[in-house]
Formats: sequence, C-alpha cells, structure tokens
Amino acid sequence: MSTVTRTGTPRAVVTGLGITAPNGLDTEAYWDAVRVGKSGIGRITRFDPSQYPARLAGEVPGFTASEHLPSRLMAQTDHMTRLALVATDWALADAGVVPADLPAYSMGVVTASSSGGFEFGQGELQKLWAEGSQYVSAYQSFAWFYAVNSGQISIRNGMKGPSGVVVSDQAGGLDALAQARRQIRKGTSLVVSGSVDASICPWGWVAQLAGGRLATGDDPDSAYVPFDAAAAGHVPGEGGAILIMEDEAAARERGATVYGHIAGYGSTFDPAPGSGRPPGLRKAIELALTDAGLDAADIDVVFADAAAVPELDRAEAEALNAVFGPRGVPVTAPKTMTGRLYSGAAPLDVATAFLAMREGLVPATVNVEPDPAHQLDLITGQPRVLPVRNALVLARGHGGFNSAAVASAL
Amino acid sequence: MNARREVITGPRRVVITGVGVTAPDGIGAKSFWSLLSEGRTATRGITFFDPSAFRSRVAAEIDFDPEAHGLSPQEIRRMDRAAQLAVVTTREAVADSGLDLTALDPYRTGVTIGSAVGATMGLDEEYRVVSDGGRLSHVDHTYAVPHLYNYLVPSSFAAEVAWAVGAEGAATVVSTGCTSGIDAVGQAVELIREGSADVMVAGATDAPISPITLACFDAIKATTPRNDDAEHASRPFDGTRNGFVLGEGSAVFVLEELESARRRGAHIYAEIAGYASRCNAFHMTGLRADGAEMAEAITVALAEARLNAESIDYVNAHGSGTKQNDRHETAALKKSLGDHAYRTPVSSIKSMVGHSLGAIGSIEIAASVLAMEHHVVPPTANLHTPDPECDLDYVPLTAREHRTDTVLTVGSGFGGFQSAMVLARPDRSES
Amino acid sequence: MDNNQTFTLESLKRILREGAGADESVDFDGDILDADFEELGYESLAILETCGRIEREYGITLDDSVVSDVRTPRRMVEVVNEHLGQTAPA
Repeated sequence: MSTVTRTGTPRAVVTGLGITAPNGLDTEAYWDAVRVGKSGIGRITRFDPSQYPARLAGEVPGFTASEHLPSRLMAQTDHMTRLALVATDWALADAGVVPADLPAYSMGVVTASSSGGFEFGQGELQKLWAEGSQYVSAYQSFAWFYAVNSGQISIRNGMKGPSGVVVSDQAGGLDALAQARRQIRKGTSLVVSGSVDASICPWGWVAQLAGGRLATGDDPDSAYVPFDAAAAGHVPGEGGAILIMEDEAAARERGATVYGHIAGYGSTFDPAPGSGRPPGLRKAIELALTDAGLDAADIDVVFADAAAVPELDRAEAEALNAVFGPRGVPVTAPKTMTGRLYSGAAPLDVATAFLAMREGLVPATVNVEPDPAHQLDLITGQPRVLPVRNALVLARGHGGFNSAAVASAL
Repeated sequence: MNARREVITGPRRVVITGVGVTAPDGIGAKSFWSLLSEGRTATRGITFFDPSAFRSRVAAEIDFDPEAHGLSPQEIRRMDRAAQLAVVTTREAVADSGLDLTALDPYRTGVTIGSAVGATMGLDEEYRVVSDGGRLSHVDHTYAVPHLYNYLVPSSFAAEVAWAVGAEGAATVVSTGCTSGIDAVGQAVELIREGSADVMVAGATDAPISPITLACFDAIKATTPRNDDAEHASRPFDGTRNGFVLGEGSAVFVLEELESARRRGAHIYAEIAGYASRCNAFHMTGLRADGAEMAEAITVALAEARLNAESIDYVNAHGSGTKQNDRHETAALKKSLGDHAYRTPVSSIKSMVGHSLGAIGSIEIAASVLAMEHHVVPPTANLHTPDPECDLDYVPLTAREHRTDTVLTVGSGFGGFQSAMVLARPDRSES
Repeated sequence: MDNNQTFTLESLKRILREGAGADESVDFDGDILDADFEELGYESLAILETCGRIEREYGITLDDSVVSDVRTPRRMVEVVNEHLGQTAPA
C-alpha cells in the first residue's frame, strides 16, 4: 500500500519552512550543517555555567534579534519569541505567502511551548524579589506565558483564524502540527505551526537539572549519545522550526511549491508508574501509520525521539522493533547535532524530513556508537543516500507523552 | 425559534456526562451552584501572603485542603496547587459521570487540561529559594526541589490527570491565556468528533494567586484596587468597575460520544453543539472596541451548532470587570446576536468567583450546564450602577428562574484569543 | 531624591526607549512634544510601562487617569513635574 488519500479529507501540505537551530540560523545554513554532520553543541555562552553540573547546550548562533524585529517588539519579548517571530517571517517568505494579501480569518496560528518565556520570567522574578513588586514589567503579563508565540505571530501577521497553543513537553511539537492539520481539515486555508523553544537561562537550567536528565561533562562530542551504551542524558538546545501548513487545494490554487504533507499522526500517554501496562509509544506509532493509511514497510526512515536515557532509549528501540522488526527501518537522530529542543525538536525533525526528501539524503546521528542490544539500523557516521517518501517522526515528553507523525511526499 | 423538528445526523456528537468544580467558596459542583444561585461572592482580602506591597490586594481564594480531598502526601508534594485542584476536580467529574474508565480501552480515553499560567505558585516559591530572595542571578540548583521540572513544564497537569483516571490516549495542556478553559474543552470535542477518542477528560485549572501574578497585573492596572470593599470588588458591567479580581479554581468534565452515552443510560448535561476560536491579531492585551473577532467566533459557533441567535436562552459572559473588556464584549454580543442580545439574559459569574485566568472558561461552562440543569440563570453580583456602554440585561444581583435549554459561553484572553461555545440539549430541534 | 530634579522631554524619550523601544518610522529628534503617543507608536501598555518606570525612578505616584488622559509628551512632562513639585522633600 502506498499513498491512500482519504476521500473528502483535505490534505494538509507544508509549503514553507523557517528554521532557527543551534547548527544553522536559517533553513539553508541548517541543512548545509546537518547534512555533513556539523554539530551546534558547545559550552553555554548565554550565561556562565561553571557552577552547574551540566554546562553544554545547543545555542542558536549569530542571532541578533534587532536586525530582524522592530525595537517596539524587543522590549516585550523573550528570546524564544524573537526566534519564533523571525522563523515565521522566513517560513512565510519561503512559502511565498504575503499574509496581508489573504483573508485574515483564513489564517490561523497553532504553536507548542514547553515552558514559555522562561528567561524573561527569570528577569521579572528577580526584580520582584530583589527590588519589589512595583519593579515588575507591564510586559510580564504575557511575555513569559505559553500562549505568547501564537499571540505575537498572529498580531505581527494579521492572522485571525482558529489558533491555539499546546503544551506537552517535547511531544507538543507534533501535537501542534496535528492541531493545525485539524483546523485545515475543518476549513482554514493556512495555519502557521510548529514551535520554537528556549530556556537557556540560569533559572531554566536549574529547573531542567531538577528533571535529572541532563548530560554532565564538558565534551560536546560525547555528552549526548542516544542509543549508545554510554548514553547518560541529553544536552538541551534552543530553537526549532515554524512550518506553513496549507489546505492542498488552496496551496495548488496559488501555485505554491509543496514540500509534502502531514499524512499521519497518533498520540498516547504512558500508563501510571507501577500499573504494569506497557508504555504507549508503540501504540502511537501504530495510530500514526493507520491514520496515514500506510504499512510499516512504507516508512523509509524514522526520526527518533532519542532521549539518551538508557531506559527511555530501550523503550523507544523496543517500540520500533515491535512495529518494524529488528533493524527493520533506518533510524536517525539529527538532534544529536542540536541538542533536544523540547517543543521545538519535533517540528525541526519534520522540517529535516522534508529537506531529506528533497535531496534524497538522510542526515546521520553523530557521535554515537550504537548499542547492539537496541537492534536498530541507526544511521551513524555518514549521511545515507536514501530516497524518502514517508518519514516517521517521534517525540516524547516528560511524564509519558508519546506522539508520532508521518511526513510524506505528495 | 423554528418549530421544524429534524433528527440531527452526521459526525459524532459530543455530550457532557460528568461535571466537577473546585471554585472559591464552591468546592464541588453542588456547593458551587449554591454560591452562584444565591448570588454570594467569594472575593476577599488576600490571605495567602502579605499583600500590603501591592496595588490590588483582593482575590477569590479557595480554602482547599488537598489531604482532606484524598491526595496523598507524595501527590501533594510533587504537584503545584493548580495540579492538585485539577486532580481533585477530575475525580469528582468521573464519579459524577458514573463511567467506569477502567473498563474501557485506555487508549480511547484522552485528556486536555487548560491552564494559562501553569505552576505559577510553585515557580514563584521555588525561585525565591534558589535565588535566595532574588539575590542570586545564577540561581543555586542545590536548593531546588526534585519536582521543579514539573513546575517548569505545565504539561505535568495533564500527566497527573491522565494518571488519576488511567487515560492512555492523547493528553495535552491547552494554553491560550484566558480562553484556555474553553479551548481545552473545544479541542477535546474535536478529538471525539474525528474519532481519535471516545471519552475525553477535559477541563482547566489555574492557581495564580502569587506575588508575581499580582505584580504583573498591578503593572498594567488590570486588577481592581478596590481593597476596602473586597466582598464587592468584582463588578462586571457596572459603571464603577475598575478591574478584575484574581481567582483560582478548576472545572473538569467527562465528555462522551452521544450515542454511547445514551446506550449506557448516562445523565446527559448538555451537548457541546458548537465551538469556535478566533484571534484579534491586534494587541497582546488590548481589545478593539467593536468586538468583531469575538462576534465572529460566536457566529461560527452558532453555525456549527446549526442554531440561530434567537435560540440562545442565556449568555454566560466573560465579563471580567475591566473597562475595556465589558464594553468590547457587549459590542460583540450585539454584533453577533443582533436585537436578541437585548432580550437574552447575560451574566458574569466572575462577580462572585473572580477571574481564575485559564481555568475560568471551564468553570463558566460548568455554570452554564448547571443553569441548564436548574433552569436558573446565575446573576451578576455587585451590579448597581448602570453603564451606558453596557446596556444589556445582565441579571443584576439575584439569580433568575428562566427556561434555559441553550447557552452561549464566551471568553477573551491575552494574546488576542476570542472563543465561543454553544451548549444545547441533544434532542433539540434545529433552528 | 534631588530637590531640584526636573523631568524633561529628553528624560521621557530615554525612558520610553528603555521601557518600550522606539518605532523606527518615527523621527524622535523632530518636534514630537505635541504628537499623540499613538502616532509615536506607543499604545496604552507602553504608556503603562513608561509610567511605572517614571514612578520608580522619580519616587512619585501617578494617578490611574494619566494613562488614559495624557496623550502627548508635552502633557506627560508637565504632569510629572507637577508631581515632582508636590512631592519633593523639604
């Protein structure tokens, strides 16, 4: 079975990508880096991390927000909102969309967030407790909250259609694309979706450290090694991708260039600890395949969640082996070059999947010596020349969120 | 109303079969309804911390003892107050539904929980510790509690609710500012309609009464400075209104597909017949006076419900009590409902339970379905002084017996979000 | 607080820039004294932020009505100086 189009259900195609990643500030810079295995992980520069057990991160290089955004927006935005607004501008330009030319109610915005504008929040908490409540900024009323990117994107681009914000840690990046697709199926022509996340500030860092999953050590080449016997946590990153999703007919009508479409999606939540029931990732994959009308054999490559926590790596490998058979499908984790971007990770993986389709080349998982016990066909070392029609992207969030999406060529 | 009767066919329809509410002076749906139907107010001077440094020092607080409501010491320790409220409220909703979730396919039960500001109380308290009272910009991780990550990511609220009911389907937090409580339920409806779930545990929670929240609303003068009359401080649609009163709470619903609810003989509170959300694309906090985008959301929600404006028996308003909101909302109702806006009762329960940000949309859905249960419209408390710009029937001071079969509830939030939901009897005739 | 402290257009421009940024399409070196804040790109939230900063820096408390009623830099400078006159310690 190959591509089955459900009659009467409009397809949600992707026509524009806007990427801000630790190893590349725009789509071409990112693809140039990721296809040759160039990592963006290094010692944190946004603050002095000396006192913390984890000191590495994937920071977006060379981003000077004031070169891209008006001064009036600078005072009221967190770093991650600035990245998201610029990524949106680029994605719209890539799609050839001028929002002012389209009916305002025909365009929506659905983004994900994991922790909002945490750096902005730290600044205001510090003013509150160190100086007093009257020092807190008027912009604190929204600059840190989870809905801020959808709101600011909608305002900047005059988009009044159905919009939303989902928060499900790293899985949220796919949940946002699914909600965007839902709105397109219900009749909205265009939805700005995806996510850009960042909380690389001392307060965000301490909160992430409390999660117990950060890699310690100072060597960027050995810190984040999912599916390796030496896996010992992840390196966080910042950034992500904004995708322009459109109703296929509307996109064709305006002669848009199409990367592909979001063909399938499935989502589950792990059972409560101690329940004895199996984790839900396998079921999420099966749901996504069914939704896409595809068999496991139709999937050309899997972009793994790649937690780099031994039991989570094992759970992911088991889910993949159950669906595809041992070494049954090529698997990759380009996020080894960016760190885990929380809600920004999966939209970036989806974007990477479309870029891989375009070139017929799948980026590698860097720095990893795969543990044979996982029985995965992990693409390591060199990128693999591989025609890609259907890519499965996985994302899991802290606490048990499992989401899976299928990105397909038309 | 058109008398033509027609069996509504088509996509799966979604009904509410369980209701849970934890609101100020209204723990449990019964107690919540007593407060509303008696027109009492739960606003008071803040007791959670010393508010003397703040401009606005009133709030609608819940006297909530998590242990008395069945949470274990470990659950209490790891959960922010907002998560505690959500879990307790969820248990009430599931018990009320009579549904044995453990007997269903867990992958077919999902969770959507709305929250505007996440674990604000937990974050505020923990920040104070790790920063040593704001002295350290490089905050000290050795003082952090192990569950700080759960405060960082409010998705932990959806996780706690899913664990509490054994749901293993899609789970997420929906965070669209002050429309979160409507949008979380609206997103859940979409999941059942499209066939991704059979049962959704959907609702919202927020517990924002903390110094950082007070400070940010002080900074934009959004909250009322009427500190000398806390009991009457929340005055939606009143000519003397000067800001909202911060509140906290949670409401959670069990949503089911109509036919399966009927088959098991469930008590059906209401069908969620229509839902729409739009953005004003104008300003993060400001509202255009004409209410056009809220009106659009209302019009689309009515169309989805296949009902006309005249069918609406009651409008449960956003009615926050700020100058601009109540004017904006009044304009939106006139624009979308026409002359019927003057004939239908409109009220704001925020006059009684305050504004609990992301939670209030769900709490107002609860008020709406309880109004349908009792055929009683809750009042707008503290409404004594007419405002020429707010000239609808706001049901001042006392609840009103009123045939209530179809309710419109609306919300408006920072970020520009405008949402509307239509609740109706599943066996209604279409208009 | 400095007894002779005065609040000038330059002070206002500095605080506006710090707190709310400056619209690139507006010439702030031109004659803006009587321009409406909206024309200068500052909506009510920017004025709230600006008033908050003025209050902290100058140790005064402005009335709530300032945000809605004061429409121009000239009037803002006047209002702040009126407060400074009233509140300056003896």
